[in-house]
Amino acid sequence: MAHMLSISTEARRLLDLFVAQGAQVVASDVLLPADTLLDLYGEDIRGRAYLTTDPLRGEMVLRPDFTVPVVQWHMQSHADPARYTYAGKVFRKQDSDETRANEYVQVGYEVFDGQNPAAADAEVFALFADALAGLPLRAATGDIGLLMAAVGGLRTTQARKNALLRHIWRPRRFKALLQRYAGKVPVPASRRALLAASDPFANAGPDIGLRSRAEVEQRIAALRADAAAAPISGEELALIDALLGLHETAPHVLSALRDIAVDMPAINSAVTRMAQRLDALAARGVDVETLEFEGSYGRTSLEYYDGFVFGFYAVDAPDRPPVATGGRYDALTARLGQGRAVPAVGGVIRPDLMEALH
Amino acid sequence: MLKLGVPSKGRLMEKTFDWFGARGVTLRKSGSEREYAGAVDGIDGMELVLLSAGEIPRELAAGNIHLGVTGSDLVREKLANWDSHVTELTQMGFGGADLIVAVPQAWVDVDTLDDLDAAAAAFRARHGFRLRIATKYHRLAREFLREQGVADYQLVDSQGATEGTVKNETAEAIADITSTGETLRANGLKILEDGLIHASQATLFRGRRRDWTDAQRATMKSLQNTLAI
Repeated sequence: MAHMLSISTEARRLLDLFVAQGAQVVASDVLLPADTLLDLYGEDIRGRAYLTTDPLRGEMVLRPDFTVPVVQWHMQSHADPARYTYAGKVFRKQDSDETRANEYVQVGYEVFDGQNPAAADAEVFALFADALAGLPLRAATGDIGLLMAAVGGLRTTQARKNALLRHIWRPRRFKALLQRYAGKVPVPASRRALLAASDPFANAGPDIGLRSRAEVEQRIAALRADAAAAPISGEELALIDALLGLHETAPHVLSALRDIAVDMPAINSAVTRMAQRLDALAARGVDVETLEFEGSYGRTSLEYYDGFVFGFYAVDAPDRPPVATGGRYDALTARLGQGRAVPAVGGVIRPDLMEALH
Repeated sequence: MLKLGVPSKGRLMEKTFDWFGARGVTLRKSGSEREYAGAVDGIDGMELVLLSAGEIPRELAAGNIHLGVTGSDLVREKLANWDSHVTELTQMGFGGADLIVAVPQAWVDVDTLDDLDAAAAAFRARHGFRLRIATKYHRLAREFLREQGVADYQLVDSQGATEGTVKNETAEAIADITSTGETLRANGLKILEDGLIHASQATLFRGRRRDWTDAQRATMKSLQNTLAI
């Protein structure tokens, strides 16, 4: 009980801190309609959130995070720029580790401001660093935008780039695709037979289901075009690997990125953004000289971060979930905004995990 | 008493009885044919409990039975972290069936998970919803597809006649159990080359709960000696 009280005291302190920064307090229902979340996250959300059925409203979900309700709130409020904060419980199924909490408090801070993204990134990170000051934590940072820019700059077809961009957050499939596009793995026999067949539908079996013959033909045409495309070069493959393999302090990473950008100019603007962010962080008193940066950080979270990403981890217990996480999610606001998109960055802190550090 | 849970009907029950019989332990239904109680001859201190194969994983984890025979697929599907709740004592060599991903034969462009993923992306863009995969093995299917990095799909629940869902247009693909593939072919479906989720067979499991009495442990020892496992 004393534990719960101190968690709510800590949550209140954080909320007050964020309000003092000019954030408006947002409330959200605990029970949310499931359709938006399911469409956004897909099956993963079923594995991670508690779904239930309402006889009139259909499938509902116990709030797994505040991101979707806050973005929806913002899209209706039309305020711009805007800062929001919230504190409340979220609920997550723990399928494989019983020691992890399945309900816990999150206190969040979200910035919707397209004026100066680098400054907004730095604002959130520096605020969190201050709020967590004195605790034995290690900060990890990354930038999904770099990898996306690198993929966008590959000398290959747009179809291949789209396929790679779609799997930025699934490292295994991303790697498999990249290997295939680079001609590093043999084409499956079934694929070769399909492309060589004079009538691909000779042994096709009955036309059943919603996916039509025309859709199958379209994909065959796409496969033919792909088979005719030149492989992604070994140099480009090596550059992507180099980018993903970066794990150093931020200034070292920045200079390595500038080297990579010589051969891959497509990442120039993303590198400039990173440099601006580091300047903005330094201006807010963050020690960027020792700040860690990982090229592949943030790729295994739920797929919505598409720029700066960060997390704060217990120094003594690196396997425990992060005490705080956050990042930029511009694309998510576009998907939820029905045509409107607002650059957004934010994060959450878990008071229970702060408490566990004492 | 050491309680052994065995599927209460069908071939799985008969094969289980045969398997134990061949190793010197006679399982039999007590009383009438319709009664779900049983006896064990050849080992003292054992009781036979007949119940649905699908309930055996849960009862093992709860400690209501100590040993159980069921499909290895059911244990993995019904129990999160299955190997922290039960131990595999021995595979029994029958009841073999594969949990697989299958798509329409008409999808001549789809033979691998890689193809399925690409087809799902195009399908979602065109139809406005995620490609539906019908299954009753939600945990196994979801874990497999996540591990393999397949996106833009959704699982829809199907507790029976899953092979018919594609024709009925309630799903585009299925994740289901098959032993010979005959029903799949008859329904215009084919198995993906790398679509094997789990190769299942009847397996004797032991619950991992530690609250066994000395007598139960002794009975277990003599059973293991008799079965030579």
